[in-house]
Amino acid sequence: MSSYKARFKVWRGDVQGGDLEDFKIEVNDGEVVLDIIHRLQATQAPDLAVRWNCKAGKCGSCSAEINGRPRLMCMTRMSVFDRDETITVTPLRAFPVIRDLVTDVGFNYRKAREIPSFVPPADLGPGEYRMMQEDVERSQEFRKCIECFLCQDTCHVVRDHEENKQVFAGPRFLMRMAELDMHPLDAADDTGLDRKRAAQDAHGLGYCNITKCCTEVCPEGIHITDNALIPLKERAVDRKYDPLVWLGSKIRRRSS
Amino acid sequence: MSVVDRQEWDVIVVGAGGAGLRAAIEARERGARTAVICKSLFGKAHTVMAEGGIAASMGNANPHDNWQVHFRDTMRGGKFLNQWRMAELHAREAPDRVWELETWGALFDRTKDGRISQRNFGGHEYPRLAHVGDRTGLELIRTLQQKIVALQQEDEKETGDYESRLKVFQECTVTRILKDGDRVSGVFAYERESGRFFVLEAPAVVIATGGIGKSFKVTSNSWEYTGDGHALALLAGAPLLNMEFVQFHPTGMVWPPSVKGILVTESVRGDGGVLRNSEGKRFMFDYIPDVFKEKYAETEEEGDRWYEDPDNNRRPPELLPRDEVARAINAEVKAGRGSPHGGVFLDVSTRMPAEVIRRRLPSMYHQFKELADVDITAEAMEVGPTCHYVMGGVAVDSDTAAARGVPGLYAAGEVAGGMHGSNRLGGNSLSDLLVFGRRAGLHAAQYATGPAARPTVDDAQVDTAAAEALRPFSAEGPVPGEDIEERSRPPENPYTLHQELQQTMNDLVGIIRRESEMQQALKKLAELRVRARRAGVEGHRQFNPGWHLALDLRNMLLVSECVARAALERTESRGGHTREDYPAMERAWRRVNLLCALTDPTGGLAATDPVRGQITLTSETTEPIRPDLLALFEKEELVKYLAEEELYE
Repeated sequence: MSSYKARFKVWRGDVQGGDLEDFKIEVNDGEVVLDIIHRLQATQAPDLAVRWNCKAGKCGSCSAEINGRPRLMCMTRMSVFDRDETITVTPLRAFPVIRDLVTDVGFNYRKAREIPSFVPPADLGPGEYRMMQEDVERSQEFRKCIECFLCQDTCHVVRDHEENKQVFAGPRFLMRMAELDMHPLDAADDTGLDRKRAAQDAHGLGYCNITKCCTEVCPEGIHITDNALIPLKERAVDRKYDPLVWLGSKIRRRSS
Repeated sequence: MSVVDRQEWDVIVVGAGGAGLRAAIEARERGARTAVICKSLFGKAHTVMAEGGIAASMGNANPHDNWQVHFRDTMRGGKFLNQWRMAELHAREAPDRVWELETWGALFDRTKDGRISQRNFGGHEYPRLAHVGDRTGLELIRTLQQKIVALQQEDEKETGDYESRLKVFQECTVTRILKDGDRVSGVFAYERESGRFFVLEAPAVVIATGGIGKSFKVTSNSWEYTGDGHALALLAGAPLLNMEFVQFHPTGMVWPPSVKGILVTESVRGDGGVLRNSEGKRFMFDYIPDVFKEKYAETEEEGDRWYEDPDNNRRPPELLPRDEVARAINAEVKAGRGSPHGGVFLDVSTRMPAEVIRRRLPSMYHQFKELADVDITAEAMEVGPTCHYVMGGVAVDSDTAAARGVPGLYAAGEVAGGMHGSNRLGGNSLSDLLVFGRRAGLHAAQYATGPAARPTVDDAQVDTAAAEALRPFSAEGPVPGEDIEERSRPPENPYTLHQELQQTMNDLVGIIRRESEMQQALKKLAELRVRARRAGVEGHRQFNPGWHLALDLRNMLLVSECVARAALERTESRGGHTREDYPAMERAWRRVNLLCALTDPTGGLAATDPVRGQITLTSETTEPIRPDLLALFEKEELVKYLAEEELYE
């Protein structure tokens, strides 16, 4: 067991503005960045604002940018840094600051409400659902999401272009559309809802140019781009340009 | 006088974990305008940390399973102290609550024929836990969260406003329940982002705030678990039941120190993991208690055969209820047969292939790899007991979840007492949240939209609540009645007080308890209570964690005193309450409930003397178990638990 003093720069401020504040603080074996932030609160900065809940990488609350990279503070071990390195902790850049490391993530909750919900099949009651493991696995991967919003923060479509927030749901919620689209029993089709087309037309799927930044920062290791966004794009394109689908949709519309 | 913002609702749900969200869904579907208030962001509640699964006797993995078997297992796990009607309702309704989740979009792991897969867990006779890998709690929270969004979308279509009938007030904290005479009239709360106070007026309040683990140093619980709902109920005049029963989960991480206490799911053992001491011995075979002798394997060979052939073999003792396993680990470490960092070894690496481990226990693989540099597919984990769950809680009516003595107050989930008796079985928590969350929401909605006139909020109570909440900002000021020496002291650091509280509860009211230590704990709690009145904060009201902790201290101190007082009173060992000085389970104690109530019901929290404290303890005799439920057990088993006179009644 060995401990040492580390140098930290932590952004402190609010909507009016703020600055990086310097700290020297003790670090012990096995600790993570969130441990150090807690020690700062307990010993040097009792009103330092930070969100956290589980401290086990399961709730996705303690998102911040550490040396410029979006990460969970509870899953970033101090041992990944050199002892003489200064560690800089700043709030998520894509969202408005509330105070210190806490940002207003309301954008994500607004987008969540705009995604059409699961449509249960009309002919199946509770207990009657039958699905094969291999069919649920694709959507299950996306349901591992802990909503830390690191992908939303890093995605350049909104990170550098505030104006795109209106029309772009972001990787987390486009992935949610893919999840529902791949759900074996989702009955959206029966209600006239085409999730692929909605993703393209109403939620900004087309803005994504698959740079995979979201996948890189995902603490759950979800293959957001490869397994959710690209397949959703392919299916959206198929539907739009497939002449049979086009013809089918015309015929169905006429008969109804 | 008071200028705080006020809103009118029908039902207020405090807490947005599994129980709170299920209650809110039910209340809204029954036509009540429902507000949910939660300390964290929507979807972050402690329920996300539940790993293993939801216990429900759907019979998908073993057709012999049914509600009666589940009821039996639950009563055995709780050492027959359970409020039996709750255990019955829970066992009967759990399957419907799980199936309903599928209709809201949940995606559980599947059996080969496409139904919901069910896994083995400690104390459950058959594979019973519906699960999604080892992240079942996340699936539960997300499903309920998305169902709430679906309801809000319906409301938006109809009214143009997503929040017209169901609104979530996130990052808001309730500090007082307000009353109109005996009845609930609303809640007093503050918003973290702005630091502003507000009042929600409503005839019915559902408390669903979870547990108390943050009063202990080594815990698997998150920052929210400060006993808020327990304290709110006490302060509102409702008693707490059997607070001495605190579950120490047998397997928490023990190294590195910063992760000590983080949960290692019971699924590791359910799926074949074994416990070994430093001599390499599977020690659990030495710790099968008399009441479970016939039900567990006596040899490693039999235990190992059980995974493949459960009908002709008995289960391995690693799958005993949690209290038994936690005590056994504690004893092994004490006897000098522990692992290098003071735990024991939990091994799956020699029990199944690496790819199976990674598929069935993905979060455990991830957690050990990332936080401890341990590859669980290649080496054993080091584990030890961690404070995990409180069985005690608000005394409620089994059918309606109504708190005793306070019309309009309901409680569901971990904050409610009774359901789990002296020890909860793994998997019974998530099902508890769903079954009693729904019941609480249903009855709160019926009550709130019923014929009675709406209660009115008393301005004086609002002013008192505001003054209490602001007190930490003026902690330096003189306090009437305190002497000069007291007055000249600097304010206390809330973080230091919290650490001392955690150390006290951990060391003196922990897994193994002794009379002298608990008396010492009560003294220390009294001292902390005095000092907590001087807890001061720096900075302003916006998103101030020091302020929040200063307010949480009141709740943790109240609840800790309940645990210590009840634990001192119960002179026997049962489930989550182990007395070194009274090591045996006594049949006479089985019928005894211990109730904690606030000594000064006017709500004043004066630093009273340490001997009396703030809590008054009373005991009551429980209602006899209904004969048809007793008939589900063999007489030979019942004589181990029930007193002679109960057997002949």
